[in-house]
Amino acid sequence: MRRMRFRRLQDQFAGHLMAALTVFAASLVLLIAVALLMRARPLLDIKPLGQLLTSSDWRPLHGEFGFLPFIAGTLWVTGLAMVLAVPPCLLCAIYLAEYAPRRLRETVKPLVDLLAGIPSVVYGLWGTLTVVPIIRDVITPWAGKRLDFIPLLHAGNPTGYGVLAGGIVLAVMTFPVIISVTEEVIRAVPDGLREAALALGATRWQMVKGVVLRRSLPGVIAAIVLGFSRAFGETMAVMMVVGNVAQIPRSLFDAAYPLPALIANNYGEMMSIPLYDAALLAAALVLLLVVLVFTLAARAILLRAVRRAV
Amino acid sequence: MGKHLEERFFLALMIASLAIVTGSLVFILTTVVVKGLPALNLAMVTQVPKGGYYLGKEGGILNAITGSLALAGGATLLSLALSLPVVLYLQLFARDSRFVYLVRLSLDVLWGIPSIVYGAFGFTLLLFLGLRASLLGGIMALAFLELPILVRAMEEVMIMVPFELKEASYALGATRLETALRVVVRQTLPGLLTALLLAFGRGIGDAASVLFTAGYTDRLPTSLLRPVASLPLAVFFQLGTPVPEVRERAYASALILTVIILVISLGTRLLARRFTRHVVR
Amino acid sequence: MSDPVIQIRGLSVAYGNQLAVRDVSVDIPARQITAIIGPSGCGKTTLLRSMSRLIELVEGVRVWGQVLFHGQNIYDPRVDVTEIRKRIGLLAQRPFTLPMSIYENVAYGPHLHGLRKRKALDAIVEKELRAAGLWDEVKDRLHAPASALSVGQQQRLCLARGLAVEPEVLLCDEVTSALDPISGQRIEARLLELKTDYTIVLVTHVLRQARRLADYVIFMYMGELIEHGPANQVFHDPQEAKTRAYLKGEFY
Repeated sequence: MRRMRFRRLQDQFAGHLMAALTVFAASLVLLIAVALLMRARPLLDIKPLGQLLTSSDWRPLHGEFGFLPFIAGTLWVTGLAMVLAVPPCLLCAIYLAEYAPRRLRETVKPLVDLLAGIPSVVYGLWGTLTVVPIIRDVITPWAGKRLDFIPLLHAGNPTGYGVLAGGIVLAVMTFPVIISVTEEVIRAVPDGLREAALALGATRWQMVKGVVLRRSLPGVIAAIVLGFSRAFGETMAVMMVVGNVAQIPRSLFDAAYPLPALIANNYGEMMSIPLYDAALLAAALVLLLVVLVFTLAARAILLRAVRRAV
Repeated sequence: MGKHLEERFFLALMIASLAIVTGSLVFILTTVVVKGLPALNLAMVTQVPKGGYYLGKEGGILNAITGSLALAGGATLLSLALSLPVVLYLQLFARDSRFVYLVRLSLDVLWGIPSIVYGAFGFTLLLFLGLRASLLGGIMALAFLELPILVRAMEEVMIMVPFELKEASYALGATRLETALRVVVRQTLPGLLTALLLAFGRGIGDAASVLFTAGYTDRLPTSLLRPVASLPLAVFFQLGTPVPEVRERAYASALILTVIILVISLGTRLLARRFTRHVVR
Repeated sequence: MSDPVIQIRGLSVAYGNQLAVRDVSVDIPARQITAIIGPSGCGKTTLLRSMSRLIELVEGVRVWGQVLFHGQNIYDPRVDVTEIRKRIGLLAQRPFTLPMSIYENVAYGPHLHGLRKRKALDAIVEKELRAAGLWDEVKDRLHAPASALSVGQQQRLCLARGLAVEPEVLLCDEVTSALDPISGQRIEARLLELKTDYTIVLVTHVLRQARRLADYVIFMYMGELIEHGPANQVFHDPQEAKTRAYLKGEFY
């Protein structure tokens, strides 16, 4: 009997302890947000977030902390990465889900996982060793001669470090997320729908285009949102190839200075400048909020998609 | 026939895309091997930086290798200590499905948080605790980073445990805790180990979260409260110097890091097949 | 009729807002085999699992009424559910061996309940494996993984595992339906032997099995108890029209 009581108490105690740890884990997001907010307060008290986000005046020594150049840099790089990554990822995912024989799919999927596992500094290294030189020696001179009349492609930066390099490296880094989520939602489309389309004499691609993609569109959007969110916060690899000049990029070849790179380059070192630390943590808070919104959006879309698929 | 032409056109595009995706993996790996292999030597993996190392003189990156292993190992253990109870709670104890939903939601958000934010938070935490950049600081930041990865991976395995298996244990008069530790954990052991390896791999490759929390040092890790070197930062810092010999060592460091990641990835795959001795299917 | 071990009083069970068992009252006689029969979806498994509160593992389930075990209501919040489940064992439809060795499977229960002495555990393992008719087949490989056994052997191992905690009652849920005929016969033979020491409640949809084994029969239909009584009486002289129809095979 005593043992029985002991076991029951042990079970209850463990239950409460586990519940407490679970509550802790679940409130970690909140904890991080509050910690960042508290430390960013000294700056936010003087300048509201809206003003920080829309000002391009970045002169920390004069107490001016306009985030616009960095936000613009982040958006440029991330946007370009999406433009470069989404088409091949979708096509690749469709191929894996609809066309590829099982053996091929089972060989490629571990490779995609491997791509996800490669550390971001290795991507950065690869970028500096291959992407940047190609841009510097081949693409920039060529674009300077042929495409200079297009404002967005003005080749004013001969170094190779810039938006284009960042976008390419980041695109490759987002391949795994977009491909694996897309492939999963496509494979969730019931086979009956495929048969129905094929039975009407559609070719495979017509079936994919008309039935499968239409059905899995929300999931595909969620995959892209997740990829965007991932790219938005990526730090090291981007920082190593993007040039890090605090300006609003005007062209694909310009150097940029994304928000995460700003934090990584300066945090912990510039603490003697008043409010610098608060500014960087405000930047981290912005990153957190953006990712929060995107994750919730992707989740909501996915949940709706799953419900519809059933 | 237009539609057959279209079919062929898109099939070609799809195969090209597949080639781009797998090609970029091959491109990255060959770049790292081709650049890293010539710079690799025994001293790299057996010595710590000596005087003048950063000007191209003798030494190696044993400090970063051991530092990274200590960081990722410690973080994975700490994260396990937090995530295993969470997963078991969600799977066996929790009764309130709204609470479970909220926990999962929050962990999903956590999963998406960039590692630089974990780094900034970790540093804030260190200041709050009155500590400086150290092995302990790096372990904490990485443990938070690994938490959602571990929870998700472990939950995926635990969901597969058949209900009847748990019932069999309860039917013998086992408590939830006993069922959790003796049956569920044992049943999912291979999967749990795979999850740990996955998290370890994620932890060892991450740079942004240890940038401010772990610091960097030329010495081997000896104390939780001292700064510690790490492989990703070894790549990053050495690449940033103007000395060609040191840059070469960055390549070698990247190769070592990549090999570690490849070994872990391979180990994960092998683990999935082995250790299934007692697993009930 | 011998003294009842379990007395069910006004028991109703609902999943969400679906009533699966409706106001059932019946006594389970000691040291006999009681068969619960009825068409699939009639609530027999639910009734069985309510007898050791295993039903509570199902999410969103609600239970009304009482199950008295030796006069004590097992649904009383003060009752220790693990104690109840130790004394009322379960043999499930499909054998689910625990992820451990053959030996550990049998020793698991006694070990949980505090038995740590190696010698005593060895003795229990041998005794219960013999009782389940498995000893001779596994005595040389007690430490091999249980999952390596055949399905029929696994089911007998589950029986040994259930007996090892020394229950008084054994709840059996379609225990032969996943087995080949030979293995099924072996399990049936064991149950007939065991009824001298144990009270056995058996859910089955195989009428002939109920005829072979049962001393007492409970017939359920759509969550309701239609008829119960000694096997002879229910099988040869059923009182209710529904029972008669079911026994004639007019519905399954």
